[in-house]
Amino acid sequence: MNLFCVGLSHRNADVEAREYFAGHVESDRALRNCGCNEALVLSTCNRVEVYAAAENLVPTQQIARCLARADTIEVDGHLEAFYRYEAGDCVRNLFRVASGLDSMVVGETEILGQTKKAYEAARMAGAAGRHLHRLFQRAFRVAKQVRTHTEITRGAVSVGSVAVDLAQKIFGDLGNCKVLVLGAGETSERTVRALVSRGVADLRVSNRSPERAQAVALAVNGRAVGFEQWLQQCGEIDILITSTSSDVPLVSQEKLAPMLRERIDRPLFIIDIAVPRDVAPDVNALDGVYLYDIDSLQSIAEQSLATRREQIAVAEEIISQHVAEFDQMIAQGLNRAENTPEDPPMGENSLRTSEL
Amino acid sequence: MDRYLLIVSTVCFLVAIAHTILEMRGGIFRPMQFNFFAVGLGFIFQTAFLSIRGHELGRCPITNLFEVIVFVAWSIALFYMVVGPAYRLSLMGAFTAPLVVLLQLFALLAPIDKPHRGRLPANSWLEFHASISLIAYGAFALACIAGVMYLVQERQLKTHQLHSIFYHLPPLTDLFAAITRLLWWGFALYTLGLISGFFVGEPLPWIQIMCAIGVWFLYGLILQGRYLHWFAPKRVAALCIIGFSVALTLLWGITFTAQTHTP
Repeated sequence: MNLFCVGLSHRNADVEAREYFAGHVESDRALRNCGCNEALVLSTCNRVEVYAAAENLVPTQQIARCLARADTIEVDGHLEAFYRYEAGDCVRNLFRVASGLDSMVVGETEILGQTKKAYEAARMAGAAGRHLHRLFQRAFRVAKQVRTHTEITRGAVSVGSVAVDLAQKIFGDLGNCKVLVLGAGETSERTVRALVSRGVADLRVSNRSPERAQAVALAVNGRAVGFEQWLQQCGEIDILITSTSSDVPLVSQEKLAPMLRERIDRPLFIIDIAVPRDVAPDVNALDGVYLYDIDSLQSIAEQSLATRREQIAVAEEIISQHVAEFDQMIAQGLNRAENTPEDPPMGENSLRTSEL
Repeated sequence: MDRYLLIVSTVCFLVAIAHTILEMRGGIFRPMQFNFFAVGLGFIFQTAFLSIRGHELGRCPITNLFEVIVFVAWSIALFYMVVGPAYRLSLMGAFTAPLVVLLQLFALLAPIDKPHRGRLPANSWLEFHASISLIAYGAFALACIAGVMYLVQERQLKTHQLHSIFYHLPPLTDLFAAITRLLWWGFALYTLGLISGFFVGEPLPWIQIMCAIGVWFLYGLILQGRYLHWFAPKRVAALCIIGFSVALTLLWGITFTAQTHTP
């Protein structure tokens, strides 16, 4: 039995091509009909890959045809975008994909969940047998090991998630944090949504235009506050997000210092997304105030990305060890092996059951 | 023989430090479980040492500077074992181990383990007073360590220079809550120790009393300042470090005068 992988990803195929070959409800059946004993389709927004085990060679063209979402799609015209990995290379590719090494954002962990879902769906449909079961179980183990033994997932890599990470490093649980959004831009709205996803419930929005403040407050489930009140609010809030279009800094040391006297033991985290900046840089010198502008957030995101890239070599080493072990397992006769407890519990519609 | 137990204990704490350094150099900082076990093992050997010494003396083993320092190191490890997991501050082990090693190395290397001639008379109030005060020192030491962690984390947040350790340190507010609780624990135990000192039944040197009251006032002031908003959390953290340094110096003074006054 030969293990192989055929697919296309964000590296060599544009989104249109990925859409054409994203697979469909009949893909599993089509793959089995064209000679795959076991087959699994991993379809995410960044990749479409088929992992299969077959007795004989199944041409890439045939696999592509099974994935095409419409008969009218010119398969031959897109064949160049497809890659194909056999045996050990297929194993390595899956281990890299599941560990997030081949993702657009290196180290992202969503792909592992998507891989697990794809495997589960194939198992339930009876399309994943002993070979794919062992391959994917090992892939999940590798991904877990890479995640715990390297820093590949460390730090946030987007401005919004960096801001949320920092907020959690200052306040811990964000459930009790009060947030004021000053100015209502798109980035600040995204940052607020990220904060809400981590438990922030008390949101206040202040804008020169009360209508706009009301609209944003409605969108993020917060309440609008008059623009003339934003400074008083600074005595109560924990996080201030500013993104106004003011030409001069709105927040200065002189304005803020009196507001902070009564809240000396509570930190204030200021996220200044505006350009030009809304907050004078010397505000960061105030005790208990942590000021981050768009550049510093961006720089932390880049730093995290660089750390993740540095960790790729360590992750590749872990993967190589597992690939060698898995190759050895195949060489020792996975084909000849009897059913073992490692074999997959088959789904109701499994091929094996139907054959019996 | 009992000194060997202390050496093994010191080695355990040294292993925790070495592990932390290696992890940090590798850019992967995950000292949680390992440090907890290394410090735990070190704590067991410390306890064994104190237990053997206590049986030999027939009383709480705090009869000379050597034993007092080991007892303080033991209280620090004890508080770490209790406080670390409870406040999810396992990383404290990475900061606790160096302090314990410093104390124990000093105790082992300095010629301060002077045995008393003959058996010391037992005085349960005196033993209670001394041991509870030293356990309070353990809480003050942990507050000092939490203070160091707070300042490290705060500095990184202020300067925007986030190192590997940043992602493993607890949030600022959690650290500050831990500092406050440890200060309260230490202050309550120290007050108890101070009060029990009045029931000892024998006159104590005035310098000892002054030093003890001085430490009590110092920590009382830090707590008062924290609740009356005189000090920002950063200042409280810094004061915990200064406070413990002062308390440790005064402890040396107290023990020294106690030794010179013991027959």
